[in-house]
Amino acid sequence: MKKDRWWLCIAPLYAFTLVFVLGPVLYMVTVSFAQNEAGTGFRWAFSLDNFAKMRDPVYIRCFRESLRLALATTALNALIGYPFGYFMGRLSERGKRIVTFLIMVPFWTSSLIRLYGWIILLQAKGTLNTLLLRLGFIDEPLKILYSYPAVLIGMVYALLPFMILAVYTSVEKMDWTLVEAARDLGASPARAFLTITLRMTLPGLMSGVILTFVPSMGLFFIADILGGNKIVLVGSLIQDQMTRGGNQPFAAALALVLAAMTTLLLWLYRRLTGTSELEGMF
Amino acid sequence: MKKYSLSKCYLALVLFINYLPIAVVVLFSFNDAKLPVAWKGFSLRWYEALAKDAALMEALRNSLILGFVSALAAAVIGTLGALGMARVHYRTKGMMEYLSTVPIMLPEIILGMVFMAFFSLLRLPFGWTTLIIAHTSFCIPYVFLMVKARLVGIDKSIEEAARDLGASPVRAFFDVTLPLILPAVLSGCILSFAMSFDDVVISIFVNGPTLSTLPIKVYTQIRTGVTPEINALCTIILITVILIQLASSALGRRSGTDDKR
Repeated sequence: MKKDRWWLCIAPLYAFTLVFVLGPVLYMVTVSFAQNEAGTGFRWAFSLDNFAKMRDPVYIRCFRESLRLALATTALNALIGYPFGYFMGRLSERGKRIVTFLIMVPFWTSSLIRLYGWIILLQAKGTLNTLLLRLGFIDEPLKILYSYPAVLIGMVYALLPFMILAVYTSVEKMDWTLVEAARDLGASPARAFLTITLRMTLPGLMSGVILTFVPSMGLFFIADILGGNKIVLVGSLIQDQMTRGGNQPFAAALALVLAAMTTLLLWLYRRLTGTSELEGMF
Repeated sequence: MKKYSLSKCYLALVLFINYLPIAVVVLFSFNDAKLPVAWKGFSLRWYEALAKDAALMEALRNSLILGFVSALAAAVIGTLGALGMARVHYRTKGMMEYLSTVPIMLPEIILGMVFMAFFSLLRLPFGWTTLIIAHTSFCIPYVFLMVKARLVGIDKSIEEAARDLGASPVRAFFDVTLPLILPAVLSGCILSFAMSFDDVVISIFVNGPTLSTLPIKVYTQIRTGVTPEINALCTIILITVILIQLASSALGRRSGTDDKR
């Protein structure tokens, strides 16, 4: 193939991306500045009403709740996932293979079914309560399902594999002779960990943070299923405005703000780590 | 030594909790009762009911077709794109690379609503077309990024050697480059399929009134009332997945490609 014919290879990617990625995104941005008209959809007239509307305390609370849940999810994921990825990286080759396998299998079963498993476990007459009652730890069933903790459990559970694999990838890549050198030069194990291991696995941790934070802002169905109707996240709000509420411009404006927050985070990641690729995405 | 076993305990504990919800789903698929609260004895009745449930089976078939078509389309577009991008030097290249990965960088909800609005603007009928376009869009980045990463690790001189020895560019591609990137293409495909097969957020926006995928079916059931047929179906999928994974890792070990990544 001549050098100038390589454009044929990228033509499908260019075409698809321009029409079905850039097109829809630009359209959404435009719609967010349009005026809503009840019943008939919306009118093409520039307005900032949709953004002004977000200053309503109801919506501000919704954003705050979403942000709080996403931050809590990410923090818990890092706390649980970092040691896991670290220990996993220190296993023998065979051990690594087995644990990777065990992490990947649930990934392949429907995430909804796994959430349903949590419903079975957590419901009032569920497995956990039955067990605790029988063992005499509690006198009456715990009301975990349809509460904030249930949603948090579901979110952490759904996103933990991303964190684990991200951390594991960077631990795998690490040059352990550096740690040995530090230890030889008299650093304590804790000091060696903080100054070398943690620093070298930071890209993995950061990428895990992003891979859990970004989706957790939009995973409305977990809050829906495990939280009852008590927790309204930005995701559910957008879905509601899009379908039942029929206010497309407002939904577009909400999505735009959410996208801006996400993009800002990705930009920060790039600035901090100096790379554009997320570690351990796969 | 003691510290070492402590870390293994931690791994085991997290994995145990990870499998707990799956275990109860499997357990209650054999339960002789409709509600998953108490054990009423072993039964295969939900497996029989599943075989007769036409709507659920259709949803399963739809999901399989959708995953397969989207992964295949993504494999072609993504692989060609990654190959081409490694060789051209357009000014728009960086921008396009970024844009093409946007679908997996944005929260799913945004992608879903953006597609819904855009497809109704284009007056595309909601159904197979819209589902396939939407799913292909978030599958492409997986294939593209994986192949791209693989291409970086490939020694260019191998292909040049083939060309110097008289192979045509097409021949050099099929004999040298393709076998080298094939593992990346395949894992990209598999990941794409998994993502498509599991997607509920994006599908819910673009599936249209009549077409249902398995995750959408499960989602509606969870909100209205689950029949243990779903448990039975999940158990079957789980066993299939484990078998496929075991087979592929056994194959990978024999050909020695497993240790590459």
